[in-house]
Amino acid sequence: MNSKNIISSVGAIVLYFLIQILVLKNLVLFGMAFCFLYIIYLLLLPIEIKTIPLMLIAFILGFAIDIFYDSMGLHTASAVVLAFLRKPWLQVITPTGGYDSNTPPSLLNMGIGWFLMYSLPLILIHQLTFFFIDNIATSLYIPMIYRTLSSTAFTFIIGVIVQVLFYKKRRGI
Amino acid sequence: MQRILLFLYSIRAFLLFITLETLAIWLVVSYNSPQGAVFFNSSNSFTGSFLNTKDSFTEYFTLGKTNEALAEKNAQLMAKLANLKPTKDSVFIPLDSGMLNSYEFRSAKVINNSINLRTNHITLNKGANDGIKEGMGVFNEDGIIGRVKGVSNNYASVISLLHTDLLISSKIKSTDVFGSTQWDGKSSQKAKLKYVPRHVEVAKGDTVVTSGYNAVFPEGLLVGTIDEVSTGTETNYLDITIHLTANFSTLTYVYLVENNSMEVELDSLQQITESVNE
Repeated sequence: MNSKNIISSVGAIVLYFLIQILVLKNLVLFGMAFCFLYIIYLLLLPIEIKTIPLMLIAFILGFAIDIFYDSMGLHTASAVVLAFLRKPWLQVITPTGGYDSNTPPSLLNMGIGWFLMYSLPLILIHQLTFFFIDNIATSLYIPMIYRTLSSTAFTFIIGVIVQVLFYKKRRGI
Repeated sequence: MQRILLFLYSIRAFLLFITLETLAIWLVVSYNSPQGAVFFNSSNSFTGSFLNTKDSFTEYFTLGKTNEALAEKNAQLMAKLANLKPTKDSVFIPLDSGMLNSYEFRSAKVINNSINLRTNHITLNKGANDGIKEGMGVFNEDGIIGRVKGVSNNYASVISLLHTDLLISSKIKSTDVFGSTQWDGKSSQKAKLKYVPRHVEVAKGDTVVTSGYNAVFPEGLLVGTIDEVSTGTETNYLDITIHLTANFSTLTYVYLVENNSMEVELDSLQQITESVNE
């Protein structure tokens, strides 16, 4: 990763964070579908990144978002789960011929079919962790499932739109 | 020994994962316990000033509604004032002047709010410098909003009534039956009135107000109206759903109330009775 990539990554994390807390925090469709766009940032980091730095990034990002959501620990816990599972999942779904070096595993680089298989399970696990911890003391499991599924779909759709609009092929932002 | 270290090194990612998760869960638990220490929340000065700046842009969208609410509150207060004014041919003697100034009111602006999680919080733009203290009650012209949880110098964070752990001592206005209002986590307009015994007759549409039993709110502040009554699963109590009169999705300005005189007395009294009960 050269210095230009690092600068654009840092810029992207700040941008994702600001959009999450300023815009998407107030955007909840039907009181059900949340949009956690910041996890798209975690998903789109280069494939080479190791699990440990990724988990630390996820922890810090989740913690910062938690402070603004007043939901201490919720985003942190679920983002760390996502970061921990990303590398093993990437290994499981390696395409024939392996990955190109230093490319973000984005929609444009890898194609819609692969990206769907890569991101949907990870987003689903993130949302499931999030809403499970949120509802752990209540017994509202049916609404929890609705929320999880609708939020997964919403986050995925917004993530795809963001990539199509703002990402270029073979590079980060 | 070296093997153990090598083994630990080989599973370092998993160990870090466990550590970070434990830390996160500890944050969840300590933040949500009512007595827990609150170090990080939206009332710290950096977050507060950030939210304040954001609100200075977005507040213009709700100005109309805010004006309407203020006018409504003014009308209510004027009606009350007219009743309180002594007529010229009568004498007003306060019977118990010690109770007269037992409540102090303040106002603040909401700069951050959420309604969709199970544990919702609100951030206000006033803090310890403006006389806000932990435990103060928060309400607006429509009804009860919540209770102050953490205070920094210039900002305060409030547990919303839409938080499944917050109980507010309430009563049904027409029959004076006591219960506790608690949110069940489903809709931001509905809550449950708990601990109302089965023999009580409850009518749909009755008003629920705060009772004088709590040390936080003055008696008679509006909470909601009864929406649905059923026998429910619990053997001794009715299952009552109330419609919250406060609209949590459009909160702008709120009032804070502090119970000055009663709190210390009530607390010490309760301690005495508790020690007797034990």
